[in-house]
Amino acid sequence: MKDKLIYFLELTGMTWFVPVVRMLAGEAPLKQAQLLVQMIGLPLLAMLIFLMLWHIGAAKVITSLGQVPGPTQVWEQSMVLLDEHRAERERERQFYERQELRNAERLAADPDAEVRIRPFTGRDTFIDQVQTSLKTVFVGFLLASLIAIPIGIVSGLSQNLYSAINPLIQILKPISPLAWLPIVTMVVSALYVTEDPMFSRSFVTSAIVVMLCSLWPTLINTAVGVSSIDRDLINVGRVLRLNYLTTVLKIVIPSSIPMIFTGLRISLGIGWMVLIAAEMLSQNPGLGKFVWDEFQNGSSTSLSRIMVAVLVIGGLGFVLDRIMLTLQKVFSYDKTAIIR
Amino acid sequence: MDAYLNLDHVSIDFPTANGAFRALDNVNLKINKGEFVSIIGHSGCGKSTVMNIVGGLYQATEGGVVLQGKEVNEPGPDRAIVFQNHALFPWLTCYQNVELAVKSVSGHRRNRKQIREWVEHNLELVHMMHAKDKLPSEISGGMKQRVGIARALSMEPKVLLMDEPFGALDALTRAHLQDSLMEIQSELNNTVIMITHDVDEAVLLSDKIVMMTNGPAATIGEILEVNLPRPRKRLELADDQQYNHYRSEVIHFLHERHARKVA
Ligand SMILES: Nc1ncnc2c1ncn2[C@@H]1O[C@H](COP(=O)(O)OP(=O)(O)OP(=O)(O)O)[C@@H](O)[C@H]1O
Ligand SMILES: [Mg+2]
Repeated sequence: MKDKLIYFLELTGMTWFVPVVRMLAGEAPLKQAQLLVQMIGLPLLAMLIFLMLWHIGAAKVITSLGQVPGPTQVWEQSMVLLDEHRAERERERQFYERQELRNAERLAADPDAEVRIRPFTGRDTFIDQVQTSLKTVFVGFLLASLIAIPIGIVSGLSQNLYSAINPLIQILKPISPLAWLPIVTMVVSALYVTEDPMFSRSFVTSAIVVMLCSLWPTLINTAVGVSSIDRDLINVGRVLRLNYLTTVLKIVIPSSIPMIFTGLRISLGIGWMVLIAAEMLSQNPGLGKFVWDEFQNGSSTSLSRIMVAVLVIGGLGFVLDRIMLTLQKVFSYDKTAIIR
Repeated sequence: MDAYLNLDHVSIDFPTANGAFRALDNVNLKINKGEFVSIIGHSGCGKSTVMNIVGGLYQATEGGVVLQGKEVNEPGPDRAIVFQNHALFPWLTCYQNVELAVKSVSGHRRNRKQIREWVEHNLELVHMMHAKDKLPSEISGGMKQRVGIARALSMEPKVLLMDEPFGALDALTRAHLQDSLMEIQSELNNTVIMITHDVDEAVLLSDKIVMMTNGPAATIGEILEVNLPRPRKRLELADDQQYNHYRSEVIHFLHERHARKVA
C-alpha cells in the first residue's frame, strides 16, 4: 500500500508528499522530517519571500491605472472572477428555466404549438476563456504531434530524407508565431468557408499557429531518437526479417519513446506560450484575449485581473508539463531514469 | 560433396575517405553440419566482419557464402546471431524477447499454446525460467547473454553465429556459460560459429579453431582440428596433454607468427 502510493507520487512528480507518506508509515521519522523541511519548507519560504517582495515593490509603482496590485488585490480579484463565473452560470440556468416554463405553458394551452429553445448568449467568463485556451492548445498540439511524430520517425530512419528536409526544418523552426499569424489568418479565411462552421475561424487560426510552432521540437527529437537506436537492435529485426511497419512498431517506437516525449514536452510548452500571443492578436476567445480586453478596458481592477490571468497561465503551463512528464514515465521502459 | 556452409573466396572492401579499405581478402572456409567452429585472431583483424557476412548483415565485395547449396546475401533467422552485448529489447521481459523471435519466425506454424511451450522450452534450456518476467535491466550480464542465446536458439537456426558472446563477462560467469553451452550443444548438435578472444574457450568448445592473420586484407592463417573426446570437463582437461598441446598451438600462432605490430 505504502510503496504503491509512493510509486504513484513519484510517477506524477508529486515527490513533495513522499516524505509525508513515509513519516505516516513510521519510517525513520526524523530523517523524513528533515527531508520534508528541505522539499516543502524551503520552496514555501522562497514563495513567501517572493510574495513579500511583490507586496513591497508593487506599492512603489504608480501607473495610469493606479497602483500596481499586490498579492492581496490579485487574490481578491481572482475571487471576483470566480463569483462572476458563478453568476453567469446562474443566469444561464434561469434563462433556460424560463424558456421551459413558457414552453410548457404554451403546450398546455395548445398541444400543437411550435416550441423552440433559444441558446443562451451570455458573455465568456474567465473560466470559459481558460477552457477555450486549453482546448485550442490541445487541438494545435495534437495536430502538431500527429504530423511531427510520423515525419520524425521516417526521416530518422532514412538518412537521405533527413538531409533533404533538415534545411527546411532549420528555416521554419525559428519563425515567431506573430509572423505566422497574418498568413495563417488569410489562408484560413480563404479556405475555411462553410455555412455552419463547427469551429470558429479564430479558433482554427490560433490552433494552426500553435501547431506550426510546436511541430519542430517533436519532429527533431523524434528524428534524433530514431536515428540513435542501437544498431544491434535494428539488426535483430533484420535477422527476424521484420517488415518496415513491424520494425517501426516493435523496435523503433519503443526505443525512441523517451526522446519523443522529451520533444512533446518542449512542444507543449512552446504551444502554450505561443497560444497566448496568438489569441491576443487573433481575438480568439481565450486567456490571451482576456488579457488584451482587460488592457483595453483600463479600469482600476484591470491590472489585478491581468495578473490573475498571468498566474493562471503560469500555473496551467506547469500542470501541462507535469502531465507530460507523468505520461513519459508511464510509457518509457526505463522507469528508473530520472527525467526532469 | 559440398560442405554444409561454405565461405567461397570472400573478400570485402569498406569505402573510406581515402579509397576502399580491404578488410578481408580471399577467405575460404568449409564447415560441416553440427560442427562447432571458433574464429580467433587479434582485435580488428576482421572476425566480426566474417560473421556479419555470414549473417548477411554485410555484403561480400567478392565471393560469397553458400548455405546448403544456396547463396545467402541477406539476414535471416536460419543464421541466428548472439550479439556481444546481448541486444535484448530493454522494454520487453526475457519471455517477451524470446516470444517476439518465436512469433516472427515460426508464428505461422505454431498455435498460441505451442508458441508458449517453445518459448519456455528455450528459456529452460539456458536455465532462465526463474527470471522470465524480468526486464533485461533487472538481470545480470550473464543472464542477459543466456536469454540472448535462448532467443537465437528459439529461431531453430541452421547456423548459430556468436560474436564474442561471453566477452563482456567475468571469468567465473563465463565458465558457467561455457558449460551451459556445451550441455546445450550435446543435446541439439547445432552448427555454430563463435568468435572469441579467449584461447581456453576456443579449445574447450570447438571442433575446429580458425586462426586469422592480422588486417588489413586479413585472411585465414591456419585451421586447427580439435580432437578431444566429448563431453569435455574443464577440470580434467586442465592437465590433459592433448589439450595443452592445442592451447600452445593457438598461442604460438597468435603471439609468435602473427603477433600484432602495433599495440
Ligand atoms: N562498417 C565498416 N566500415 C569501415 N570499416 C570497417 C567497418 N566494419 C569494420 N571495419 C574495419 O574492418 C576491420 C575489421 O573489423 P572487425 O570489426 O571485423 O574486427 P574484429 O576482428 O571483430 O575486432 P574485435 O576483436 O576488436 O571485435 C577493422 O579495421 C575495422 O576498422
Ligand atoms: Mg568484433
